[in-house]
Amino acid sequence: MTIIQFVLLGAALFSIGLYGVLTRKNAVLVLASVELMLAAVNVNLVAFDVYLGDASHAGQIMTLFLIALAAAEVGIGIAIVLLVFRNRRSANIDELDVMRY
Amino acid sequence: MIDYHAILPEIILGVTVLAVLATDLVTREKYYGAIVGMVGLFAALVPIFTLGVCDDLAFCSGSLPRELFGGSYVVDQYSLVMKGLFIGAAFIAILLSVAYLQSDRFYEGEYYFLLLAALFGAVVMASSRDFITMIVGLELVSGPGFLLAGWRKADEKSNEAALKYFIIGVIAFALLVMGVSLLYGISGTQLFADLAVAPAAVVDEPVFLLGMLFVFLGFTFKISAVPFHVWTPDVYEGSPTPVTAWLSVGSKTAGFVGFLSVAYLAFPTHANLWGPLLWILAIASMTLGNLVAVKQTNIVRLLGYSSIAQAGFMLAPFGAAAAAGADLQQAFGATIIYLLIYAVMNLGAFGVVIAGGARVKSYELDDWAGMWRWAPGLTVLLAMFFMSLAGIPPLAGWFAKLAMFSATIGVGSWWGYSIAVIAALNSVVAFVYYSKVVKSTVFDNVPDHVDPEALSRIELAPTLTVALGVTTILVLFLGVFPGVIGNLSKFASEILAGTF
Repeated sequence: MTIIQFVLLGAALFSIGLYGVLTRKNAVLVLASVELMLAAVNVNLVAFDVYLGDASHAGQIMTLFLIALAAAEVGIGIAIVLLVFRNRRSANIDELDVMRY
Repeated sequence: MIDYHAILPEIILGVTVLAVLATDLVTREKYYGAIVGMVGLFAALVPIFTLGVCDDLAFCSGSLPRELFGGSYVVDQYSLVMKGLFIGAAFIAILLSVAYLQSDRFYEGEYYFLLLAALFGAVVMASSRDFITMIVGLELVSGPGFLLAGWRKADEKSNEAALKYFIIGVIAFALLVMGVSLLYGISGTQLFADLAVAPAAVVDEPVFLLGMLFVFLGFTFKISAVPFHVWTPDVYEGSPTPVTAWLSVGSKTAGFVGFLSVAYLAFPTHANLWGPLLWILAIASMTLGNLVAVKQTNIVRLLGYSSIAQAGFMLAPFGAAAAAGADLQQAFGATIIYLLIYAVMNLGAFGVVIAGGARVKSYELDDWAGMWRWAPGLTVLLAMFFMSLAGIPPLAGWFAKLAMFSATIGVGSWWGYSIAVIAALNSVVAFVYYSKVVKSTVFDNVPDHVDPEALSRIELAPTLTVALGVTTILVLFLGVFPGVIGNLSKFASEILAGTF
């Protein structure tokens, strides 16, 4: 089995996610980009687990944990975005400039 | 067969977390949650103490380190000391919170639940010896932190703090787990102990280095060191102040525990690689934190930049010893000493800030001018904690600084000497802004819009008095008898004996 295409897929997803986090202005899109980054990690872990033939399946176990953690994290993120939207009528993160330096 | 004695603190804390949630359901007096939580914290300290004492006694079964779950979860001297520190910090944080939460319309029951959940994550991190456990613990610390930062729901600053903290936090988390996946891919293991003995063919792969870099950068977020420090001042200023106290002590120490475990237990053989990285991060953090802090006008923001600078001081011995290939045990001990003392004095400083803020309703330094007129006792405590943070003897902070300097100079190469000189210059800069606050509160005139008569009549909440009393006694006691902390750190560094 070749590992290279899976690692490339993981790297591409991670980079796209990072690009999205850094450039998107809408907080919901930032959350979606973060999900991409975590999905990239899951792709990596599962691919490595199978490629290495890890008898303890540490990679896949970690993937399960990460799926749960990512879900919890997005739950928290959506709650915070809703809170910000309710007070400011906007989820644009460029407008978050009450506090500076 | 599970060693229940070893995980008794976690079991008690887990039950406490659920009990606090249940208390919130059945009572209208929400501060009962704090009482249940504090009882649980006391109960959890008992097995930590017995585990530590049991090590030397003949009739106790099992000695430290106690390994559970195939080496993923290890209870050793280091983890016991750190767990004790976390529980103490959470105890003070709850005491600081009670009066603050009752002063305005806050959700109280859930607050204690989240704070204790974060504590539980920190305690798990102290014992975790593989990446899966470490990451679950780390998220359990971070997640409640994001929510607590936004606890002032109607306040735009608090909203902003929560969102900024969250976004930077998840980027750092994604980076960290990406690093872990790369390390797993090249070495085939998640256990620190197995990574430490990975063969040279694995270690020399560039992917291994990339994974290590990602992991270290991910942890810099939690300890608020450069390059993931940007959130610190904003989140400190925007969050409710007791939450800031927890973030600056509990959450930051949890990050350091992760940092220390990963560096010393997973990558001890690659110290020549991560050493220079941490050396640079330490210098960047302390210089940037101190220089920007000088110009701050908000006292919480000032403590935020001071927290970045202190992270730099804590990393200094660590980076210098590793970069020079010197004995890591002394650097490890120095970092533990710094963490313990920093926790005490920073919680005390935040206690004073919360007590003062409850009176003037502002954290701007201008409004705090002439505090001596309306709260002489608090002003004395403020001066004491700030001078301790600056490292003036005989307060506890000087011993932390002493341990840091002797560990960096003890390295004995230019890595150590240069960072010691830079740290000394930084200490001078730090003294400038800490003493600026003290000078302003003691000598300056009270501004016109502040009425000292009315303010001096406001009484200090009893919980705050207890928190301030405990931290004051500790700062004075540890400054005069630093041997206690020295012994604790020696006890904690025992796990490194024979590793290098």
